[in-house]
Amino acid sequence: MARKPLDYEELNENVKKVQYAVRGELYLRASELQKEGKKIIFTNVGNPHALGQKPLTFPRQVVALCQAPFLLDDPNVGLIFPADAIARAKHYLAMAPGGLGAYSDSRGIPGVRKEVADFIQKRDGYPSDPELIYLTDGASKGVMQILNTIIRNERDGILVPVPQYPLYSAAISLFGGALVPYYLEEEANWGLDFVNIRQSVAEARSKGITVRAMVIINPGNPTGQCLSEATIKELLQFCYHENLVLLADEVYQQNIYQDERPFISARKVLFDMGPPLSREVQLVSFHTVSKGYWGECGQRGGYFEMTNLPPKTVDEIYKVASIALSPNVPGQIFMGLMVNPPKPGDISYLKFAAERLSIPPLKLLTVKSILESLRKRAHMMTDGFNSCRNVVCNFTEGAMYSFPQIRLPPRAIEAAKRAGKAPDVFYCLKLLEATGISTVPGSGFGQKEGVFHLRTTILPAEEDFPAIMSSFKNFNDSFMQQYEGYSRM
Amino acid sequence: MSTAAAGTPPVTVDTLNPKVLKCEYAVRGEIVTHAQNLQQELQKNPDSLPFDEILYCNIGNPQSLGQQPVTYFREVLSLCDHPALLDKSETHALYSSDAIERAWQILDKIPGRATGAYSHSQGIKGLRDEIAAGIAARDGFHASGDNIFLTDGASPAVHMMMQLLIRSEKDGILCPIPQYPLYSASIALHGGSLVPYFLDEETGWGLEVDELKKQLEEARSKGITVRALVVINPGNPTGQVLAEENQKKIVEFCKNEGLVLLADEVYQENIYVEDKQFHSFKKIARTLGYTDDDLPLVSFQSVSKGYYGECGKRGGYMEVTGFSPEVREQIYKVASVNLCSNVSGQILASLVMNPPKAGDESFESYMEERDGILSSLARRAKALEEAFNSLEGITCNKAEGAMYLFPRLHLPQKAIGAAQAAGTAPDAYYAKRLLEATGIVVVPGSGFGQVPGTWHIRCTILPQEDKIPAIISRFKEFHEKFMDEFRD
Repeated sequence: MARKPLDYEELNENVKKVQYAVRGELYLRASELQKEGKKIIFTNVGNPHALGQKPLTFPRQVVALCQAPFLLDDPNVGLIFPADAIARAKHYLAMAPGGLGAYSDSRGIPGVRKEVADFIQKRDGYPSDPELIYLTDGASKGVMQILNTIIRNERDGILVPVPQYPLYSAAISLFGGALVPYYLEEEANWGLDFVNIRQSVAEARSKGITVRAMVIINPGNPTGQCLSEATIKELLQFCYHENLVLLADEVYQQNIYQDERPFISARKVLFDMGPPLSREVQLVSFHTVSKGYWGECGQRGGYFEMTNLPPKTVDEIYKVASIALSPNVPGQIFMGLMVNPPKPGDISYLKFAAERLSIPPLKLLTVKSILESLRKRAHMMTDGFNSCRNVVCNFTEGAMYSFPQIRLPPRAIEAAKRAGKAPDVFYCLKLLEATGISTVPGSGFGQKEGVFHLRTTILPAEEDFPAIMSSFKNFNDSFMQQYEGYSRM
Repeated sequence: MSTAAAGTPPVTVDTLNPKVLKCEYAVRGEIVTHAQNLQQELQKNPDSLPFDEILYCNIGNPQSLGQQPVTYFREVLSLCDHPALLDKSETHALYSSDAIERAWQILDKIPGRATGAYSHSQGIKGLRDEIAAGIAARDGFHASGDNIFLTDGASPAVHMMMQLLIRSEKDGILCPIPQYPLYSASIALHGGSLVPYFLDEETGWGLEVDELKKQLEEARSKGITVRALVVINPGNPTGQVLAEENQKKIVEFCKNEGLVLLADEVYQENIYVEDKQFHSFKKIARTLGYTDDDLPLVSFQSVSKGYYGECGKRGGYMEVTGFSPEVREQIYKVASVNLCSNVSGQILASLVMNPPKAGDESFESYMEERDGILSSLARRAKALEEAFNSLEGITCNKAEGAMYLFPRLHLPQKAIGAAQAAGTAPDAYYAKRLLEATGIVVVPGSGFGQVPGTWHIRCTILPQEDKIPAIISRFKEFHEKFMDEFRD
C-alpha cells in the first residue's frame, strides 16, 4: 500500500530526533497511573501553581479588569477591585488601543516594552532600548526564534551546557543544527571549566562545525548553580575571542537561595567591562513571568532583549515575529506588572508584598516569603538527598530544581539493560511506581557517561516535604538493598 | 588560540538562516512600516499630511478598529483570570449569573483551579472535550477531545504541521493563489516548496479540481513529492465560500492522491451570503463515508475571527484526524517542547465553540451582539464591493465570507511604467500612492500571490460602519486622480 504523507516513516526526521523528557516517558507513565487512581506528586516541571502556590492578587485583578473593561464603567466596581488595580488596568488599556482582543505590535505593546526597559535599567544601571526588547508567548518561543535565526544547517553548532534544560537540545534538533556540549563540573558545584569548553569547541571545529552561539542558563536548570561575576566575565571574554553570540537564559533570576552569588545579568557584566567588548559582543537575554515568585506559567509571558545585534539582523527577527502577528496581550500585561509591581505607598503594596512574603499582611515582620520558603525547601531537599545511600546532591543555589546524582549499583544497571531502559529511567520508573513521585531522569538533560541523576522540583508545599523525602528514602534504601545487598556502613 | 574570523560578528545578515531571509509576510510588511512612520509624523505635526489619520485596512484585526468583544466571553474570562472573585458575594452585582456559573464549570476542569499553571500540552482535557462537543454539534459527526491540540492562535498549529510534513525542498505543499501568506512564509521557513494552484477570478475565485490535478502533476514531474493540500474556506484574501459539491471533489482528490488535507477554517463564522453555508471538511469527509482511518485531515480554527475577533488572545486549535498513534505522539512531542498554549486562550476557544444557548441569561444579549457584528460586516462587505466596482479600471469579486475584499486593478500601462521606474511592483506602487494621499493602508496583491500580470490590493472590511462612507469617498477621489494621471 502506498505510503501516506503522515505515516510515521514519512515524517520530518528532525522532528523524530527531538527529545523533550520533561513531558516524556516518565510524565506519560505518571499520568497513566494517575488515571488509575494512584496519588502522584508531579515534580517533573517547574510549575508552581500546579503544586499549590497561589497567584499574586494584584496582577490577577488588573488583568481581570482589562479583560472586561465595561466593568470600569460600573459604579460597583470599587466593591471588589482596589483603586490602584483599577488605575493600572486603565493604564494598560490606554497602551493597548483595541484592548486585549487586538493584535498588538508584533514586538509587543510599546508601553510594556518601555516598562521592561525601565526595569532592566534599574536592575543593571545601564539604559535599555525598548526597540530591542521583544515580548513573546513565553521565553521558550523567543529561544526558538533566535536559534532558528542562527542555525543555517547541520554544520552550525550551538554550545550548550550539559546538563541543560532540554528546550535547547530539542530546538537545535528541530532546526537541524549541531549541539556542541560543554560539561558542567559536578564536583565543583556545577561550575564552568573553560579548559573543557575550549576543548569542546576545538573538537567541534575539527569536525567541520562552525560554532555560532553559546547558551548559558543562569541560575542553572537543572543544576541550580548561580554564576559569579568573575565567571560571567570570563564567559564574555570567551565569546568575544571565539566570535560567539551569547544566549543568556536568565528566567530564574528571581530564584536565588544563597547570598554569596546574587544574580547579576550578563548584560550588566558586559557593560561593566567597557569597550571593545561592550560594543561588540552580541548578546540575547531571556526572561519570563513563569518563574520567580510569580510562577504564572499558564499565561505564556516572556521577552528577549538584544544587545549589539546589527539593525538588519533585528529587521529579520522582526519579520519572523510578524508572521506570528503578536504575542498574547494578557501575557504582555503580566510581564508589565512583573517588571513594574506595586510600590510602597500604593494601596495594594502591602497585600502584594505580603503575598510575596506568603504571609497574612499583618504579620509582615515575620519573614517567611515565597522565596524564603523556597530557600528552606532547597536546603531540606539537598540535605534529604545527601542523607540517602548512594545519593550525592549539590545544593540548589537558585532556580527551582534539585539534581541529585544516584550512584546505581552494577546489578541495577544490568537490570535496566534487560528491561530495555536507560539506568536512570529504570530507577525513576521504579521510584514513580513505588511512591508516586514523578521526576525526570537525568538523561533528559544530558550527563557525563555512566553518571546518573534525576531532576525533581523543590516546589511541593513545605509541609509535604518531610513525607516526600522519607518516602524517597525508603524507596531508595530498598532499591539499593535489592541491587547492592546490605550496606557495608 | 582562536581560529575564528576576527572582527566579523557571529550574527549578521550574511550569516543568518537563509530560510529566514527567504520568507516574507506582507501583511505587516513594508507598506505598514511606512504607514507607522507617517502616523508618527501626524502625531508630531497633525497638519503635515493630506489626511487626519491612518486607517489600517491591512490586517484582520477587528477590535483594533472599534469592534467590541462579546460581553459574555469577557465576563467569563475575567472571572477565570481572578477566581478569587467567585468567593465574593459582591461579584453578583457586576457579573451576569450565567457567566459566573460558566466560570465555575471551567475552573472545575482545571486541576487546582490553577489557571496560572502549565496545562496538558494539548490543552486542558475538559476544555478539549467541550470543543469536541461543539464540533460534533456543528457537524453532526462525532469528534474527540484527544484529537484536539490547543495552540496560541491557529498559526502555530499550521507551523507544527509544516514542520512535520516538510523534510526538504523536495517536499511540496499545494497552496491556493492568492493565499494568506502565513502558508508561503511557513513553507519557506521549513525549507519546503510551495506548489501553487490558481483560484479562478472569473468564476468568483473558484477552486477547480482540474487545476489541482494539473499543478500536482507538474510538481511531480519536477521531482517534488506533494504532501498536502491547503484549502482556506472561507477564503483569505478572496472571501469565497466553497460549495458542498466542490468540497466533496476536493476530499476525493486528496484521498486519491494520498495528500493530507489542511483545512484552514478560521473564518467559518464569517459568511455574508444567504445562498452559501459553512461545511467543515470533516463533515464533508464523514458524509462521504470516510472514517478516521481513511483520510488524514487537519482542521484549523481560531478565536481571532468570526464575530468574536479576539486576535490579541492568541487562541485556536487544530483537530487532527486520520493518522496513526505514532504520528500523534510526534505531534504531541513537538507541542510539549513549548509546554502549553496560554490558558486564557484555551478557555476562550472553548467558549467560542460552546457559546450561550437559548434559555441562558446572557443568550439574548449575546445574540444581539453577535448578529449586530455579523450583519454590520455583511453591509460593509457589500458597500465596499460596490464602491470598488463603481471605479474605472477596478473589478471586485464579492466577499462571500471572511473579512477582506481583493479588488483587481486594471492598471494603465503608464502606471505600470511608473512603478517599474520606482523599482516596485505596480500594486505596491498603487498602495503606496493610496497611503500617501489618503492614509488608507492596504496590502499589495503581490503579498498573497496572483496570476502573473494581474494586480490586486487586499482591503479589510473592518473599519467601523460610520467610517465607511468617508473611506469610500477618499478612495474614489484618490483613484480618479490616479487614473487621470496615468490614463493611457
